[in-house]
Amino acid sequence: MLQINNLHANVGDKPILKGLTLSLNAGEIHAVMGPNGAGKSTLGYVLSGRPGYEVTEGSVTFNGQDLLALEPHERAAAGLFLGFQYPVEIPGVSNVQFLREALNAQRKYRGEAPLTGGEFLKVAREQAGALGMDMEMLKRPVNVGFSGGEKKRNEMVQMGIIDPALAILDETDSGLDIDALRTVGDGINRIMRKPDKAVLLITHYQRLLDYVKPDFVHVLDGGRITRTGGAELALELERDGYKELAA
Amino acid sequence: MTDDIEIKDKAAWDAAEKVADYEHGWSSDIETDFAPKGLNEDTVRFISAKKNEPEWMLEWRLKAFAMWKTMEAPDWAKLNVPPIDYQDAYYYAAPKAKPKLNSLEEVDPEILRVYEKLGIPIAEQKLLAGVEGGEDGGLPQRRVAVDAVFDSVSVATTFRAELERAGVIFRSISEAIKEYPDLVRKYLGKIVPMHDNYFATLNCAVFSDGTFVYIPEGVRCPMELSTYFRINAENTGQFERTLIVADKGSYVSYLEGCTAPMRDENQLHAAVVELVALDDAEIKYSTVQNWYPGDAEGKGGIYNFVTKRALCQGRNSKVSWTQVETGSAVTWKYPSCVLNGENSVGEFYSVAVTNNHQQADTGTKMIHNGKGSRSTIVSKGISAGHSNNTYRGLVRVAPNAEGVRNFTQCDSLLLGSLSGAHTVPYIEVRNPSAQIEHEATTSKISDDQMFYAMARGLNAEEAVALIVNGFAKEVLQQLPMEFAVEAQKLLGISLEGSVG
Ligand SMILES: Nc1ncnc2c1ncn2[C@@H]1O[C@H](COP(=O)(O)OP(=O)(O)O)[C@@H](O)[C@H]1O
Ligand SMILES: [Mg+2]
Repeated sequence: MLQINNLHANVGDKPILKGLTLSLNAGEIHAVMGPNGAGKSTLGYVLSGRPGYEVTEGSVTFNGQDLLALEPHERAAAGLFLGFQYPVEIPGVSNVQFLREALNAQRKYRGEAPLTGGEFLKVAREQAGALGMDMEMLKRPVNVGFSGGEKKRNEMVQMGIIDPALAILDETDSGLDIDALRTVGDGINRIMRKPDKAVLLITHYQRLLDYVKPDFVHVLDGGRITRTGGAELALELERDGYKELAA
Repeated sequence: MTDDIEIKDKAAWDAAEKVADYEHGWSSDIETDFAPKGLNEDTVRFISAKKNEPEWMLEWRLKAFAMWKTMEAPDWAKLNVPPIDYQDAYYYAAPKAKPKLNSLEEVDPEILRVYEKLGIPIAEQKLLAGVEGGEDGGLPQRRVAVDAVFDSVSVATTFRAELERAGVIFRSISEAIKEYPDLVRKYLGKIVPMHDNYFATLNCAVFSDGTFVYIPEGVRCPMELSTYFRINAENTGQFERTLIVADKGSYVSYLEGCTAPMRDENQLHAAVVELVALDDAEIKYSTVQNWYPGDAEGKGGIYNFVTKRALCQGRNSKVSWTQVETGSAVTWKYPSCVLNGENSVGEFYSVAVTNNHQQADTGTKMIHNGKGSRSTIVSKGISAGHSNNTYRGLVRVAPNAEGVRNFTQCDSLLLGSLSGAHTVPYIEVRNPSAQIEHEATTSKISDDQMFYAMARGLNAEEAVALIVNGFAKEVLQQLPMEFAVEAQKLLGISLEGSVG
């Protein structure tokens, strides 16, 4: 589904990704772990096409398509979803309005008919319900006044509504208490654990992986993948730390 | 270039021909009615004669014209306006007058095309064009009575019968001058006096048409009243005149929407709107203004110099102005409330968008003369391109007005780095009991917001439109539903080309 080959990227003039290679097949969940400043968020941004993140070398194909040639909204329409480490506030725009417009923009891009207000609300209600989010919250402006945990939960509701093929989830677990962690973990499994979908789970800690069992664990350090293993690698990292591993 | 000159010459030639047509007197059987180009006493007489106005109206116009000649255009606004050649414009153009029509086919197709562009449903088009039987031809659900001002003269007024049953008078001002002279004379020029300002005085002299509304005591107007304005004839200055009187305990919501087709030459628009609210009466006046703003290089576009003022004369009277200003090359407009009544309320909700080379200097005046009078001002300025957007507002509290309250919120949103936003609040408080609050913010659309929206599937323009609509929400939600949707779209359209 996703092939990242020898990816080099700069933020401003600073090289951050330095030859990253990684492949995800449909049906797989990959965890990417690594120390602060390793370039994990940068990877998510580069894959989603954030302006200011410049690819200097390498290639990325997504379902056979040259991902890097697409605009951010085109990548979204092609089925890529980025769960933000720091979800953004948009004052005056309700979650419902935001998501309906976003979803219908994606559908339009793909040549599908737009969802009516009623159809959209039905989907939104289901997803919010499954993630234990009050419908009233969906009517509030996007992320405005939401707690850290509510913002992350909201990212998952968005993912459920948009129903992407590939989700890159950037530290979705940070800021969640233990109950919320379970809800979010269940959500990821429910929405994304499917034969035709894949997840790139960026995380700092192993605890989310108790709920979402990864098929592969990668260590990202110094802008490239330094080690790859199964779920047990995460436990090893938790025990020994990245320093130990690097040594 | 040569093309331009040729077209201009042709226009001049056509005009000369028309003037020649008129030499046998300006009788009403002339099919196309143009006042000759230029402005002098004869122009004023022509307009008045064209409308069969009573003598008092002509005298009033002539007095205004004499006054105007002694005045100078104001220059205090933060606007850069090239000098306007008042002699190089037409001051009157009426659509062809047709008596009774039996079907839409008989209506001038050009007029119909304009209605269509405005998105007016067929049944309503029939009403507008005065087609027989239009009134019971399965009217649409929407409860909006439309008085279309095509060029300068009202083509037709609709929903008249139902309004009449409620006792509401909804007429073109020309009709009202003839049918309700006492009522018109009582209020015309009393809220915005003839000498008020250069453009208002000019309007008094040459106003072409407009709307008159009277809501009798205790009546809640059974529908939204609406006027579509449209500039259509090249070089025709537009001088609309609107007068709304809400008698004791009455309520009316009035919508004014403007669209204008592409024009190369600058056109002057100098409207005057006067509102009066008596005891316990309420007027809600909503405007969506999208006159032609000029092209991306700043060529062409409407000059919009408007005087709008409300007199909250009665106790507990209330006037609420809501405006969405996206059009015009130059906007000069300060819908105001003179709060004379005890516990009267004035509100001003404004979104002003400027893009490319547009300039807007807009705001409000809240003049608190009545005890316990209150006002709220919410202004949202959005500037993109090379444009300049100024909020100018006055809050004045008279010495004997006890217990006055005002809240002002002015927010500016900048797109790009070449546009300007300015806030110029004037606060004059002569009574120590007044509570005046003023808040102002200036912000930019953040890269984070843009990327977040785009990562969810919106393209750059859709993302800007969404964020801007969020920014302007407090104002947009004041609009009647029907207008709110239109206005939301308009914000997006106005900002096209401002990103990416
Ligand atoms: N906008 C930016 N400008 C300059 N440097 C940046 C910017 N964003 C991130 N960086 C740098 O890039 C490196 C990787 O950051 P990031 O991808 O956020 O790491 P991680 O998510 O793994 O903690 C860090 O050294 C960080 O300081
Ligand atoms: Mg990070």
